Amino acid sequence: MSQADLPVHGHSAEMAEPAFSVPAKKMAMWLFIIADSATFAGCLVAYGFIRNATPDWPRPFHSITNVATMTLILLTSSLTMLIGVRSADLGDKAKAFLWTMITAGLGILFAVLHIREWSGMIGEGATLFHNPWGTPLFGSLFFSITGLHLLHVTGGVIALIAVGLKYQSGRYKADDLEVTGLYWHFVDLVWMFVVPLVYLLNLAH
Amino acid sequence: MMTTAVGNTNVGMRRNLIVYACILVLAGIQFVIAYQDISASQMFVRMMIVAIVEAALALLLFMHLWDNRGLRWFVLVFTVAVILGLQYGWTDSFRLVNGVPWAK
Repeated sequence: MSQADLPVHGHSAEMAEPAFSVPAKKMAMWLFIIADSATFAGCLVAYGFIRNATPDWPRPFHSITNVATMTLILLTSSLTMLIGVRSADLGDKAKAFLWTMITAGLGILFAVLHIREWSGMIGEGATLFHNPWGTPLFGSLFFSITGLHLLHVTGGVIALIAVGLKYQSGRYKADDLEVTGLYWHFVDLVWMFVVPLVYLLNLAH
Repeated sequence: MMTTAVGNTNVGMRRNLIVYACILVLAGIQFVIAYQDISASQMFVRMMIVAIVEAALALLLFMHLWDNRGLRWFVLVFTVAVILGLQYGWTDSFRLVNGVPWAK
C-alpha cells in the first residue's frame, strides 16, 4: 500500500493529478532544466556582452578537429541514451544497462578530450586569470563556461552510472532512466550553443 | 500486442536516427559557417539560427516535448521569457565599443 492509499483524517485519500500528466520526478527534472538553462543563458549572454565590448578579443583556436570530435561524441551519446531508454521501456534490462553505460563511456571520452584541450591551452599560457593573446577576460570566460559545462557532463556521467547500476539491480525503474536521459539530452543541447559562441566565433582565420 | 510495441519502437528509433542525422548535419553547417568570409555579427546570427533549430529538434523529439502540449508550452514560455529578458544589455555593449570617446 502506498502513502496515497492511506486514509487521512479530514482529507481525501486521493492524490491530486500530476501537472501536465507528467510524473513528479520527470516534472522536477524539467524544472531543473528550465532553471539550469537560465544559468547557462546568463553565462553565455554575459560572455557575448564582454566579447562584443572588448575590441581586441583574441581568436586563439587554429583547429576545429578536437571540438568537432567532442561534438560528434556528445551528439552520439544522446542517441545511445535514447536507445537505452527505449530498451528500458520495452523491459530489456540488459540492453538498457549496456546502452546507458555506453552513454556514460562517451561522456567520459568527451571529458578526457575536454581536459586534453584545457591542458593544451594552459600549456600555451592561458589560465583563468591570464591570457597570452590579449584580454585576460578571455581566459576567465572560456574556462568558466566550458568548466560549467564539463561539470554538468561529469555530474551526468556519475548519475548515468549510479542510475544504470540501480536500474540493473531492480531498485530503479525505466522512468528513472528516462529522467536521467532528459538531463543528458540537456547537457548535449547546451553544447550546441557553447560550440559556436565560445569556439567557432573565436576561430583564427 | 508485444509485436505492436516492438513495431512502434522501430518506428520511433528510425525517427530518432533521422533526427540525430539532421542534428549532425546542422552541427556540420555551424563549422562551415565558421570558415565563411563574413563579419562576426553575420556569423553570430547564422550560427545562432542553426543552434536554435538544433535545440528545437532535440527538445521536441529527443526530450519528447512534442508529445506533451501542456508541458511544451510551460517549458517554452518560461525558458524563452528568461532568455529574452537577458538580452536587455546588448545595446550597452555596443555603446562601450562605438559610443565612448576612445572608440576606434
